[in-house]
Amino acid sequence: MATEAAELVFDEATKVYAGREGAAVDHLSLTVPAGEICVLVGPSGGGKTTALKLVNRLIPLTSGYIRIDGTQIGDYDVTELRRSIGYVIQQVGLFPHMTVEANIGTVPRLLGRPRSWIKARSAELLELVGLDPSYAKQFPAQLSGGERQRVGLARALAANPPLMLMDEPFGAIDPIVRARLQDEFLRLQKEIRKTVVFVTHDIDEAIKVGDRIAILREGGRLAQYDTPMQILEHPVDEFVADFVGRDRALKALALKTLGELELSPATEDGLPRLPADTSLRDALAVAVAERRDALLVVGPDGSPLGVVRREDLLR
Amino acid sequence: MTGLRLADGPVIPNFGKPSACLRDNGWFCTDWIHEHWGDTLQPALIQHIQLTLIAVGIGFVIAFALALVALRFGFLDPPLGVFTDFLYVIPSLALFQLLVPLSGVTVTTVEIALVSYTLFILYRNIVVGLRSVPPDVLESARGMGLTRRQTFLRVELPLALPAILSGLRIAVVATISIATVAAFLIEDGLGAPIFAAIGTPDLFKTELVAAGGLAILLALSAEALLALAQRALTPWNRVR
Repeated sequence: MATEAAELVFDEATKVYAGREGAAVDHLSLTVPAGEICVLVGPSGGGKTTALKLVNRLIPLTSGYIRIDGTQIGDYDVTELRRSIGYVIQQVGLFPHMTVEANIGTVPRLLGRPRSWIKARSAELLELVGLDPSYAKQFPAQLSGGERQRVGLARALAANPPLMLMDEPFGAIDPIVRARLQDEFLRLQKEIRKTVVFVTHDIDEAIKVGDRIAILREGGRLAQYDTPMQILEHPVDEFVADFVGRDRALKALALKTLGELELSPATEDGLPRLPADTSLRDALAVAVAERRDALLVVGPDGSPLGVVRREDLLR
Repeated sequence: MTGLRLADGPVIPNFGKPSACLRDNGWFCTDWIHEHWGDTLQPALIQHIQLTLIAVGIGFVIAFALALVALRFGFLDPPLGVFTDFLYVIPSLALFQLLVPLSGVTVTTVEIALVSYTLFILYRNIVVGLRSVPPDVLESARGMGLTRRQTFLRVELPLALPAILSGLRIAVVATISIATVAAFLIEDGLGAPIFAAIGTPDLFKTELVAAGGLAILLALSAEALLALAQRALTPWNRVR
């Protein structure tokens, strides 16, 4: 596997559990381009987690193929395959008897990296996930839930894998910390550009985190695979529209910023001033709250860029 | 050669010159301890430690093997649990007697009985310890590419250590206590001087107190030593 980021292809991937009626994952075909985040989302029973675990062969495929950088997963040695894929789960699964540093060093140690290398990599990763170096010698029991999940992420990144599998990584964390972790994860991803498969049951998280979203319905069938914007604006059927929610128009507004709109020249005075990176949803909220028909968009230095009208926001 | 070598002393040891300690028979007579530490108490103490170490050592190996079998083949756990429990329930004296026809009046008989008492405690604790490893920890180990063997040695075994060491503590202390009864059968261990003291016409108190006290001291020190070892070996259990 190449080191930077790998392309992941599901090709008619199917999982049928013995003794259970119907498939858990049914002829799933989709391609995750290298360096992108693909979110698997859907109701329970949609086979999201099963699909994820097919990739690192925690669950064996019944039929079909999964390829990483063009090579079928079955052609890799299973242990080697798992060591070269970052794996993050909801309950984190840190080893309670190992320090943070030892936890992060798990896979490098298996790969025979020297102690000094592991120490340096652990310090680097702690910084990357926003933890103080003093955490290195702590045990998991001494950390908060959010801190544990950061360590879990650092541990998954330790061998610098080209592909990351994340199974509801922020699912057990309270909403405020969760939002912060999502933001930090996105900032991190801008730097490291891994290919990521991310499972969640929360459509808002999917919209926020995903470059592409795969919506799975009961029986593990793919309902739609598209960018968040496409899914919000053009759901393919009733099921997707329902799943995305009645407020999908508002959610779509949250994905665009004022800077992406065509602005008219600034003529009026005393308009509310909003930075260009404000989302349309927030801008609309300001316009409604202050009973204004127009807003002044300003650049990072505060200089006026132009005016946007309320009806432009909703177009 | 004119015949076998005859002993010089009186036929009954100490006859005619009973020590002051024996004569007065107070609760604790230091002169007797001084005089008989080398020929009575110290050998008994060492034998006692040997009896205990051998029993717990063999018991641990067997219990560990049984626990691995029970974890691999889950259906065997209940019968193995009942079997070890059954051994544990038999009164120790009765078990010594029952074994005599098989292995005679020997140290082997005593060790078989002692081992069978440790099995229940050790087996239970090893199984519970290995089973208590959280499933998310096992899943992340598997997902990160630890082999079955690596998972066992690096994750399951260390995480089971607190329970295993607790079992070891109980087993050692229990064996130290039961091993005193071994003197009903053989002249080994701290039970021997205790029974010897009880066997004297007017119950020789100093020997009784000294040997009994040594057994208690031995149990306490073993317990303290193992508790310290447990603390040192499981630093993650001390945090927070």
